[in-house]
Amino acid sequence: MRGRTRGPAEGIRAHYGGSLAHLVLVLCSFALACYAGLRLLRGDTLGIVIWFVGAALLHDLVLLPLYTVTDRLAQRLFRDRRGKKPRSRDTAGGSRPVTGRVNYIRVPAFLALLLLLVWYPLVLGRVPGFTAYTGLPADVFWGRWLLITVAFFAASAACLLVTMWRARPRRDRAGR
Amino acid sequence: MITLGVLRPICRIRWLCVAVTVRWPPEGMDVEGSDRGDEPRRPEPHTPDGNAGGSPSERDGQTGKGRPDPDRQKGSGPPPRAGAAKRPADGPTGRPPKSAQATPAQRPAGAPGRPTARWSSPPPGPARPGFWRSPLRGPWLTSVFGLVLLLGITVLFVTGLLSYAAYNPNLAPGNDHTPEKGWLGFYLFPWPTRPYWLYRLTQGVHVTLGVVLIPVLLAKLWSVIPRLFAWPPLRSPRHALERLSLLLLVGGVLFEFVTGVLNIQLHYIFPGSFYPLHFYGAWVFIGAFVVHVVFRIPTMATALRSRRWRTELRTPAARTRPEPPDDTGLVTPDPAPPTMSRRGALGMVGAGSLVLLVVTAGQSIGGALRRTALLAPHGREPGTGPNGFQINKTAAAVGIRARDIGPDWRLVVRGPGQERSFTREQVLALPQHMAALPIACVEGWSTDDQIWSGVRLHDLAALVGLRESPPGVFVESAQRSGSFNSAHLRDNQVRDPRALLALRVNGADLSVDHGYPARIIVPANPGVHNTKWVTRLTFGAPR
Repeated sequence: MRGRTRGPAEGIRAHYGGSLAHLVLVLCSFALACYAGLRLLRGDTLGIVIWFVGAALLHDLVLLPLYTVTDRLAQRLFRDRRGKKPRSRDTAGGSRPVTGRVNYIRVPAFLALLLLLVWYPLVLGRVPGFTAYTGLPADVFWGRWLLITVAFFAASAACLLVTMWRARPRRDRAGR
Repeated sequence: MITLGVLRPICRIRWLCVAVTVRWPPEGMDVEGSDRGDEPRRPEPHTPDGNAGGSPSERDGQTGKGRPDPDRQKGSGPPPRAGAAKRPADGPTGRPPKSAQATPAQRPAGAPGRPTARWSSPPPGPARPGFWRSPLRGPWLTSVFGLVLLLGITVLFVTGLLSYAAYNPNLAPGNDHTPEKGWLGFYLFPWPTRPYWLYRLTQGVHVTLGVVLIPVLLAKLWSVIPRLFAWPPLRSPRHALERLSLLLLVGGVLFEFVTGVLNIQLHYIFPGSFYPLHFYGAWVFIGAFVVHVVFRIPTMATALRSRRWRTELRTPAARTRPEPPDDTGLVTPDPAPPTMSRRGALGMVGAGSLVLLVVTAGQSIGGALRRTALLAPHGREPGTGPNGFQINKTAAAVGIRARDIGPDWRLVVRGPGQERSFTREQVLALPQHMAALPIACVEGWSTDDQIWSGVRLHDLAALVGLRESPPGVFVESAQRSGSFNSAHLRDNQVRDPRALLALRVNGADLSVDHGYPARIIVPANPGVHNTKWVTRLTFGAPR
């Protein structure tokens, strides 16, 4: 795409693996990062490095694997439960995949956990000075989060019931 | 099986080393530049039209059920992919995809079993292309999230810089919480007082948008996770630099979001003062962000054009197929059956953003909508009546004692060579003016306009002989501790007729928590610079 370099630039490309423009831009960004980073790291240097790098590692190596595995388990549960009864339809191919039902758990769980992830200090009451600072009660968030979570799952269950109810008559008609 | 597949490699030191040195997304997306260093040259991607998006039939999600041809995968990825080779039984070689792209003639010759110089094959686990099996991952989906983040983070950065400018850090050392900033304050300008809701808007957008972007950020990181484990971990000097840059990008963005989200909840567990952490962290991040954007925008544009939105939004899970294999390394060679469509994934992320918007925005918008901010810290009013609006820090929290603000309280006004002292009654006897102004906090919440009444700052300057063009003022509080027990206001703030030393609000005396006996209120000023419990005003104070 941007490989129109010729002549001496070829040498850079051969050794560096990319264009001169790439090298220059990346080095500029590193210079900025060093300039700001030296200031960022004043004070509790180790703590800040741990927070900066740790944020990435925690997300990539803990949070993401954790929710991936949880999601796989949820899918498995759904598959197993369905598998006992009409296995034939699982393999029927053309019809809608049974595992789509897992989304009726997945979506409300995602929304509820997302809210918890963002607002966990308040929801889990981890901010001791909250009331002293703001004059607002701190004990309402847990109950609200639970109610919101219940509402998500209830709405999801309602959607599932509607879907099942809609699907059933057609099948009956087809059967007759 | 999958579970074990995820967990098993965690024990492997080799793998951990990869994780530490490596960063992620779409490297290798760039055809020309990426992979041509000292490594054996790999074949060009072989889409017939040079378009990563594939044929119309694939765009429509109507390609047959066939998995991508593993041979082709080997050729198109960075060196041979053992994951593909490991699963010959999976490879539907007898059932090639219907698209024209994958015809045998276009396969790179000699791809299978091609030896590599240094890396025999990825270790078992996430470095193998077949490990990540979601059929949704692909350049198009990543690009959709990337586009949203490109726009959103740009707004976050700009509003963040504006918020920094709003503190007038260059005015005096006392205002500057990042005194070492040097060139990073190059853009600073005198913060205006109009429109009076300016800071309420910019900071409300900064915080609310930041919260709303969290699910998009998580989805983007999810979509590119295979690239974190790309094998070999370092292919060329360019690749090494890119990965370092990506560490700054991903570490930086998470650091900024985490410190921001914790700070707005008053959960001060981060290692240091919020201001330098969030400010310098943003500058560390933004360089890597610009590099990432500059080199990925062509790929993003191509990927976005590769599929039609309308078609995507009409494709249910049952008809969802992986994006056509390409050299980004995002498309799995071994897709699991789809449990969700792309439209479903986008909808779920969008619903996450919407839900966060609903439970957050009310604390900035105020009015009747405040009560909808169910999980945001300032989603209710702390009381009723004239003083029943939001409090940043109560008097008790910052150590205001009864005698600091009792009958012995005096307001000292200083000018060049002059000093005058007033009781509260004397201040009330000065000409009183009204102004309808909000309080807007750096934490993103704000109040509706409150009707303040008090003495204009430029009238107070006139009392110490500064009638014409009064200078800035240094405001000190009875508050003993805390970084905001004093603030410098600029001359344009002193001269604004709505800038008051307020004694009353909404027709009543200020409450103790709102700064009784007197507080500053200046249009468009960050909340913490509207100093409460004011004891001394020094006009033309040395900086």
